[in-house]
Amino acid sequence: MIGAVAVGVAAGVVAGLLGVGGGVLFVPGLVLFLGLSQQHAEATSLLAIVPVAMVGSWRQDRYGNVRRADGLLLGLLSVAGAAGGVALANALSGAVLRAAFAALLLVVAAQLVRGTMREAGAAPMLRRRAGKGVD
Amino acid sequence: MTIGTLAGVFSGLFGVGGGSVIVPLLVLWLGYEERAATATSLAAIVFIAAFAAAVQGAYGNVRVLDALLVGVPAVGGVLLGTWLQQRLPARSIALLFAAVLAASAVELVIR
Repeated sequence: MIGAVAVGVAAGVVAGLLGVGGGVLFVPGLVLFLGLSQQHAEATSLLAIVPVAMVGSWRQDRYGNVRRADGLLLGLLSVAGAAGGVALANALSGAVLRAAFAALLLVVAAQLVRGTMREAGAAPMLRRRAGKGVD
Repeated sequence: MTIGTLAGVFSGLFGVGGGSVIVPLLVLWLGYEERAATATSLAAIVFIAAFAAAVQGAYGNVRVLDALLVGVPAVGGVLLGTWLQQRLPARSIALLFAAVLAASAVELVIR
């Protein structure tokens, strides 16, 4: 249970810091610390994301960063896709879904590393440090 | 429209917000700058996750107490994270986070 709370705080911090959804931490946390099945963990993660995204977008809106019309439009357009995705998640076996989710984590991890390398490319000093594998 | 549909499928299938799809596509296809993309993505995620959670609820998969257990601390975490964003090198955090994700992926598969 303490592990689950720690996962929650960590997921919130990375959501605020990096703008990635807390879901990539919620789902493994719920599976590994609370022993939920992959399907239950994904469903529960979705509910947990709602307040996090609400608070996060409220704060970002105060900075004037949210394009409200586009955000709303994207949200409404995603409804059919989300229903299809949920149906697919429930049609797949837990093991298959878990392996696919693990692959997603690796892709997100690679995306993050690529992003930081790109930033480093803009600053030669940082690139040297990254090249040594430190930091 | 394509972005919305893709994000919805991702969110529903994997139980994540869909931000890892929305942010790069807003930047690449619609020419958003990074900060506006992240912020707008978060706003869209509110609707996407709420709807996908409702559908999952209809399947009887949502554990409300467990969601509160991780979700409530996460709200505090978000406030801490946005505060920290001004004070910490995002690069090292991104790399650390990438390592955590890779380790979680391995753990999930070998489990």
